[in-house]
Amino acid sequence: MLERLPVMLIKEFVQLRRDRWAMFRLIVPMIIQMLVFGYAATFTVSHVSTAVLDLDRSRASRSLISHFVATSRFDVVDVARNQGDITRDIDHGAAVIAVVIHAGFGRRLENGRSAPLQVIVDGTNSNTALIALGYISQIVSRFSAEQAGRAASFRTSVAAPEIGIALQTYPWFNEALEDRWFFIPGVIGTLTLLQIVSLTAFAIVREREAGTLEQIMVSPIRPVEFILGKTVPYFLIGLGDIAMVSSIGIFWFHVPFIGNPLVMLLEASLYLLATLGLGLLLSTFSRTQQQAFALNFFFVNPLYILSGFAFPIASMPKLLQWFTFINPLRYFLVVIRAVFLKGVGLKVLWPDLSAMALLALVMLTVSVLRFRKSLD
Amino acid sequence: MNDIAIRAEGLTKNFGPVSAVRDVDLAVYRGEIFGLVGPDGAGKTTIMRMLSGVLPPDAGRIFVDGVDAVADPEGARLRLSYMPQRFGLYEDLTVAENIFFYGEIFSVPRGERIARSGELLEAAGLLPFRRRMAGQLSGGMKQKLGLVCALIHTPRVLLLDEPTTGVDPVSRRDFWAILYNLRESGVTILLSTAYMDEAERCSRLALLHNGEVRRCDTPAGIKKAMPGALLAIISADPRRLREAVSGQPGVLGVLLMGDRLHVRVDDPARRIPELRLLLAGRGVTGAVIQAAEPGIEDVFVALLGEMA
Repeated sequence: MLERLPVMLIKEFVQLRRDRWAMFRLIVPMIIQMLVFGYAATFTVSHVSTAVLDLDRSRASRSLISHFVATSRFDVVDVARNQGDITRDIDHGAAVIAVVIHAGFGRRLENGRSAPLQVIVDGTNSNTALIALGYISQIVSRFSAEQAGRAASFRTSVAAPEIGIALQTYPWFNEALEDRWFFIPGVIGTLTLLQIVSLTAFAIVREREAGTLEQIMVSPIRPVEFILGKTVPYFLIGLGDIAMVSSIGIFWFHVPFIGNPLVMLLEASLYLLATLGLGLLLSTFSRTQQQAFALNFFFVNPLYILSGFAFPIASMPKLLQWFTFINPLRYFLVVIRAVFLKGVGLKVLWPDLSAMALLALVMLTVSVLRFRKSLD
Repeated sequence: MNDIAIRAEGLTKNFGPVSAVRDVDLAVYRGEIFGLVGPDGAGKTTIMRMLSGVLPPDAGRIFVDGVDAVADPEGARLRLSYMPQRFGLYEDLTVAENIFFYGEIFSVPRGERIARSGELLEAAGLLPFRRRMAGQLSGGMKQKLGLVCALIHTPRVLLLDEPTTGVDPVSRRDFWAILYNLRESGVTILLSTAYMDEAERCSRLALLHNGEVRRCDTPAGIKKAMPGALLAIISADPRRLREAVSGQPGVLGVLLMGDRLHVRVDDPARRIPELRLLLAGRGVTGAVIQAAEPGIEDVFVALLGEMA
């Protein structure tokens, strides 16, 4: 049935070994991108450049400012003298945040009244602005709790019983809410997607362009033998790539891996089959490498955005949410994050694994069927 | 039926609204070198691709070595070998590796592959280049390597699409020597060519035009079928000569062939004196008019000119 598969594989590996750049192309970009993502892909906001305008000059206002200085989340870059300075700082991008303490701030607090604090945020980067505002409200609430305590200790006579709800947070699976733990498993999926889809599509289109595809199709070789010959090497390369970048994640970035490596192997295999199927499918629509490149560009970016890698699927419009169901990366991300961080197994993950298997099956079947047609 | 290696009946192929091949019947006998001749776009490549099983025909039947190639393309493929205009060689594999690969996908036993590739490489003059990358061969050597790969499984039928286009004369001679040897060993060869000297070497020819076979005969038979008779006029200024002769009564066609002009006339006995007079009147001196044997090119141009 597959008696011509060995010679296809021998040919592929000889070509691969002879390609001096192959090892470079297959390994180095994966490592570099993994390192770049590992260090740079984070939602954590720190060292936000901040301008401060203190129009009150009281002990309370100085104390509040010192709270900002004390944290590494904010860098006070300018102690402004008037509103004009503040406007200039924000306009020029010298500061993203401006804290303005108006006159009377300290006195109102001492009198036990609430005092307004003005915060100006550059909302251009809405994400940073939102997160920075969150930090500010934490600082302010800590500050006001301290002030309330001080006021209470000064005037014990008027102390009223305080009723408060203290929120005690213990996030599961990632106690410190490390972004890296969230991102690195995701990066493994996106890098593999980019790598495998383009490698597969290009490998087949290259044979089409060189005329070797037509040549061996007039031989008794079966499309299945040819397709397996082209995909098995990339399947193995994909497994190697996943193992390599996972190791970087685990040993270099110390992302915990508490799940079962066999579940990981199963999901990596299913995911690779789905991405190989996609690459194969793109190749059946491409006569030239340029077309393959354009198609690759057209498909891979949306797959990456609509996967839950960075943007929550639940916040997307319904129509796009439907699209995510045919995205193998969506399922891969669910499973890999669960395997890395939660350590859950097949009992929990079978629906996502089955969806990936189904996608792989459909894509491989369609592309094998289309493959014959695309030869005419 | 037994001595027919390739039979096509009513072969038809349309590409959208374009009719590429229309109702073509061909019968190629065992041991023939059969030539398909025609201008670009006549349908030569489309016929080759249908015969090789790459392209399914819209209508018609194909038998290769007795096997119904439309119903059983895999069975037909084992018996034939198809070499497109540009043979698909792996340029990053060596000569020997390409042969190994094509031998293996045709399931040629190892011993046979080694013996046969030695023979074929020898005949093609490629033996010293066995370890060279296919991408570093010259155009002619690539074509010969393509032929070696196409022949490694000892096909009964060989389909060659313009195999010598762009190949240097020495390589072309080697190439034809291999083809003659193959014919000796009983291989049937169907080739298309744009070279008229190659057409003359074929056992039989089919003249194709607009997807139809216009004439199918031996080269000698085709030459006899040329309407009129051929005269050659030799002159120092053949271009001026052509101007003078074109459009004269009884002149059916004019073809410039290097230093001579081939003029096809309806009745040579009557037209030779007329032409002499005409040339003398135009001041063309020293022109020699004689009867000439038509070549395939003359017949080709005459027949196609008539159809147009």
